[in-house]
Amino acid sequence: MQFTINDRPVEAACDLRTSLLDLLRDHLGLTGTKKGCNQGACGACTVLVDGERINSCLALAVQYQGRSITTIEGIGDIGALAPLQHAFIDHDGFQCGYCTPGQICSAVGMVAELRRGLPSHVTPDLGAASPAWTREELQERMSGNLCRCGAHNGILDAIEAACLEDAR
Amino acid sequence: MNPFGYDRATNAPEAVSMAGAAGARYLGGGTNLVDLMRETVERSDRLVDVSGLSANIREDEDGGLFIAAAARNTAVAEDQRVRTRYPVLSRAILAGASAQIRNMATTGGNLLQRTRCAYFYDNEGSRCNKRNPGEGCDALGGFNRYHAILGASDQCVATHPSDMAVALAALDAVVHLRGPAGERSVKLADLHRLPGDRPDLDTVLSPGDLITGVGLPPLPDGARSAYRKVRDRSSYAFALVSVAAVLSVKDGRVDEVRLALGGVAHKPWRAGKAEAALRGGPATSEAFARAMDTELAEARPLSGNAFKIDLARRTAVAVLENLAGNRT
Ligand SMILES: Cc1cc2nc3c(=O)[nH]c(=O)nc-3n(C[C@H](O)[C@H](O)[C@H](O)COP(=O)(O)OP(=O)(O)OC[C@H]3O[C@@H](n4cnc5c(N)ncnc54)[C@H](O)[C@@H]3O)c2cc1C
Ligand code: SF4
Ligand code: FES
Ligand code: FES
Repeated sequence: MQFTINDRPVEAACDLRTSLLDLLRDHLGLTGTKKGCNQGACGACTVLVDGERINSCLALAVQYQGRSITTIEGIGDIGALAPLQHAFIDHDGFQCGYCTPGQICSAVGMVAELRRGLPSHVTPDLGAASPAWTREELQERMSGNLCRCGAHNGILDAIEAACLEDAR
Repeated sequence: MNPFGYDRATNAPEAVSMAGAAGARYLGGGTNLVDLMRETVERSDRLVDVSGLSANIREDEDGGLFIAAAARNTAVAEDQRVRTRYPVLSRAILAGASAQIRNMATTGGNLLQRTRCAYFYDNEGSRCNKRNPGEGCDALGGFNRYHAILGASDQCVATHPSDMAVALAALDAVVHLRGPAGERSVKLADLHRLPGDRPDLDTVLSPGDLITGVGLPPLPDGARSAYRKVRDRSSYAFALVSVAAVLSVKDGRVDEVRLALGGVAHKPWRAGKAEAALRGGPATSEAFARAMDTELAEARPLSGNAFKIDLARRTAVAVLENLAGNRT
């Protein structure tokens, strides 16, 4: 199976039953992406496929052949953190850090969705071309990522700080 | 998970012939099927990936919309025509699951997702007639807060979990199918079954039937539509009760009404008795409440969900009042 992962071509041979999450972690050593529930309920495994956020635990790797996948390792690394990663540090966007890679990948996908005008459950007017960047919107749009440490307020603060400026 | 063969179809006829072999299953976004195969509730030795088939959303000949089966839930909710002409559908989709799951889930897969009854999932520890016909139903005397109040049987009291399907039921949507014997269509309201003595069968489809798309007829003139979902937390949770409604009012009277309830039955529940009671009558709160009483007269609560009867009534009345402009 062939993929583009974090802008690099990757070839992998694995059992058809392998999830995209297990491919990343167990076969490719990209352990930044986390396994929480393994059933779609927590968002810890969130990665971007062609820029769209998905839960890699519910994805069979074989279905995503030929696609471009971005994991937390592709967003920034220790030496060169992305602005959003800095913001998570500055705003206490985590405690244990287990949900953080999923939160950050999810936030990157969410910002793209907001920019192109995708409405959410709390958007008052479905006809509006661009939903407002309210706290309520961010909260609803990030609801697919749980944080067992309860750092949700810090997470939203970080996303607001890093993303609001270029959105307005 | 059992080992399986995998094929990726590029068009509908090819998908149907690939699935020809007994035991084959279609794979959409995989958000339900992969999970159930991992839990060994579903076993299939051959998956035919249909997520790459048409995902088009287009105008059809009679002024409605046609949504191809591989259109992702996000794409349908986002479509401008859906947002302006069928807001109930955008709203229902956006009230379901999470952004990540909506990005993966397909229209076909959403309709055929299976119940979230916890005992159905618990292959090792629980009895479930849907999984294992004849073995019993642990929900009857167990945790049944999310279970049915309408149309259930003593074999199974599960609910259908899709929000989207409830909106489609209210929209009089038509499901387009292709099977080994060719093409046909079935009204969405007739796609899912009541459990009766065959709770293992969720729908009227036969093995090998592929959903190719969903047709939305145009709404009656002046009709407005809305969706409201009540859940245990404000996001990312299945419905306790939901209501999809289409209403048009002329001179204070109900000209046309279509009402569907979610979270209350084994299928999206089209509230035909309430509709009949309302048509042509006054569009008042009292009439809405009386109509819902009629609809819910046959409701049979379980040990843990009697609250749903009142909740369904009040939610439906509130949605109809909003649509009628009786309250904001
Ligand atoms: C944590 C979590 C929360 C959720 N919350 C909600 C919620 O609040 N509301 C809600 O509505 N849903 C919710 N869902 C369910 C989600 O919407 C469904 O899993 C999804 O819509 C299924 O679509 P899919 O394409 O991934 O289907 P798949 O998993 O690929 O398939 C589901 C079924 O459909 C069959 N199938 C797929 N495509 C076709 C086709 N074209 N023709 C014939 N058969 C086909 C498959 O064989 C399988 O049996 C939730 C899911 C999770 C994991
Ligand atoms: S309600 Fe239906 S799905 Fe749930 S345990 Fe009973 S038989 Fe199984
Ligand atoms: S590990 Fe994928 S959603 Fe929890
Ligand atoms: S920081 Fe611990 S789970 Fe979120």
